[in-house]
Amino acid sequence: MNSSLESVLQHPGIWRGSQRAQTAENALPTGFAALDEVLPGGGWPRGALTEVLLARQGIGELRLLTPSLARLSEADGWLAWVAPPYVPYAAALAAAGIDLKRLVVAKPQSAADAWWTAEQALRSGACGALLAWLRAADERRMRRLQLAAETGHTWGVLFRHARAAQERSPAALRLLLEPSAEGLAVSILKRRGGPVSQPVVVALPQAGAIRRTRRAAPALSLVHS
Amino acid sequence: MISRGAAVPDPLAVVEKQGGRSWVVACNDTAEACGVRVDMTALAAQALADGLIVRKRDASAEHESLAGLAVWAGRFTPSVSLEPPHGLLLEISTCLSLHRGLANLLKQARSGINEMGYAAMMACAPTSHGAWILAKAGIEKAVRDPARLENIIAALPVALLDQPPAVLEGLERVGAHTLGDCLRLPRGGMARRFGQALLDELDLALGRLPEARAFFMPPASFERSLELPAPVHDAEALQFAARRLLPELEGFLVLRQAGVQQLELVCRHERRDNTVIKLGFAKPTRDAGRMQLLLRETLGRTRLEAPVHTLVLRAPVVLPLSASSADLFQKTREADGDLLLERLRIRLGKDAVYGIDTAADHRPERAWRPCPEQGGAATANRHRPLWLLPKPLPCHDGRLKLMSGPERIESGWWDGGDVARDYYVAEDRNGAQLWVYCDRASGEWYVHGVFA
Repeated sequence: MNSSLESVLQHPGIWRGSQRAQTAENALPTGFAALDEVLPGGGWPRGALTEVLLARQGIGELRLLTPSLARLSEADGWLAWVAPPYVPYAAALAAAGIDLKRLVVAKPQSAADAWWTAEQALRSGACGALLAWLRAADERRMRRLQLAAETGHTWGVLFRHARAAQERSPAALRLLLEPSAEGLAVSILKRRGGPVSQPVVVALPQAGAIRRTRRAAPALSLVHS
Repeated sequence: MISRGAAVPDPLAVVEKQGGRSWVVACNDTAEACGVRVDMTALAAQALADGLIVRKRDASAEHESLAGLAVWAGRFTPSVSLEPPHGLLLEISTCLSLHRGLANLLKQARSGINEMGYAAMMACAPTSHGAWILAKAGIEKAVRDPARLENIIAALPVALLDQPPAVLEGLERVGAHTLGDCLRLPRGGMARRFGQALLDELDLALGRLPEARAFFMPPASFERSLELPAPVHDAEALQFAARRLLPELEGFLVLRQAGVQQLELVCRHERRDNTVIKLGFAKPTRDAGRMQLLLRETLGRTRLEAPVHTLVLRAPVVLPLSASSADLFQKTREADGDLLLERLRIRLGKDAVYGIDTAADHRPERAWRPCPEQGGAATANRHRPLWLLPKPLPCHDGRLKLMSGPERIESGWWDGGDVARDYYVAEDRNGAQLWVYCDRASGEWYVHGVFA
């Protein structure tokens, strides 16, 4: 390899397919060994966007994050929730080990305000993590958020519908979540350092009570967006 | 030593009545160019300068200005003392490192004074009286060495001393024209002829006698008004005016070792009720930069109903803020966090940004609450979902698989919001885990949460 090419490759903005383990500086461990193994640096990327795509809520998308949120809540810096679809439930968050003192919820009226809020939270450097449920995503808005996350060195998590998997995205990490018999199947659509072909199955902590019911299942289903 | 720089194009003189006649005590450059001089009678001055504007000296307004400046000077040091009618003395030796050195402090003071529309002579010396004499003589020097101070002062005229005219005339008569001449006179004889006060003044200036000065105490609350040169229609334009009031507030807060959590900006209109704009901070602060930022964002989102002629900045409640350098040692992330909260609340509304907390109630919808401050010690319950639906949704056809339960919740009969429910964890066809309940009164099924 000649020396000028070598010097170009020294540029911090350039990563090479074989360098996965070295690229992400101080990643945040996810709390799931199988997932850490395939993530660059061994965890969630700080100072970048992570996109979490799912077809349906309630498959364990938050439980996937709670171990790292609990760990972040021990440090100073906020866990900002922007435009959550439901009420983040205090008792369950506390049970997951998240310090509620670190939690701040913002419910903007409009989509534009929600994007603005997410950007402010990322850019300020005052948040350990930002979780956002944003509508009307486009590439320009996404790029602004990615830049803001870099500036504030904050881990930004965007929850989006699985349809968005086909769109281009500046996020550093893109995951597609699907329920599976053993827990949650996590497919890595994009990461720094080249693709992963196989989904990783993560065994999540069991939801709710452990006691088995004997009652017959009622005939019902959820009317639910 | 400070005087107000009036930016008036016409000749202007300030006069004071003394012995039945008015005397010029100050005039601007235009008047001086016409030949007007200090200590001239007002009549003579009017004859020299055509269209001379004559203003009566207003002692109370002068004192108010001096007190305002003393409050502002509190940003540099808590030890400020007044030297009426036009002097301020600041003890700065103990706070030089805080302001990154003397040169930097003087620069800040100079620009601050100019910004407020004043002009000043500034001098520094090892003794406050020495500095005061230097300033009166117009020697803008920072003298640190007592021997050098003595050298400089020795060459100055005796008229700079705060002594009665009789003493000054007496000194002239014995041929003592400079302070150096006075210092060479035998002390015993000087005390007999001119009084102990003269000796004391010289000793004070040279640091041979300890000084005891009363420090300026600011008033208990803050309110300053600013009359605008022309009525302002646009809220955004008000921030330039308001910016002039903030340094004074900051100085006031430093002197009082206090901070504010709420500020009121009162806009006075002609023949209309005042508009009051409130600023709220996440924590008590005295950082003018932060106030300015918040002010800019607030005013940027305010519509004025009528033009404003006067602006009043008011701190209704002043809270103690411990150490004088609290902001320096505060963790920056925490400060950033407060600022972020304030910005979000301005744009999204106060109620749209909150922390969450648990509440002691068995009913799931009442077991949490939003709180304006960050939540406290929470009660954990691992049988609860991470998402709670704001309102339970009724379930219809299809099949849910009940995974675990029931958990019976019966509560609230005392306040009319009684519930009697059996809760289960259920899984739907798509593998989503839901928190459902059967209402025991009606037998209907509802979804109340999502195990996300």
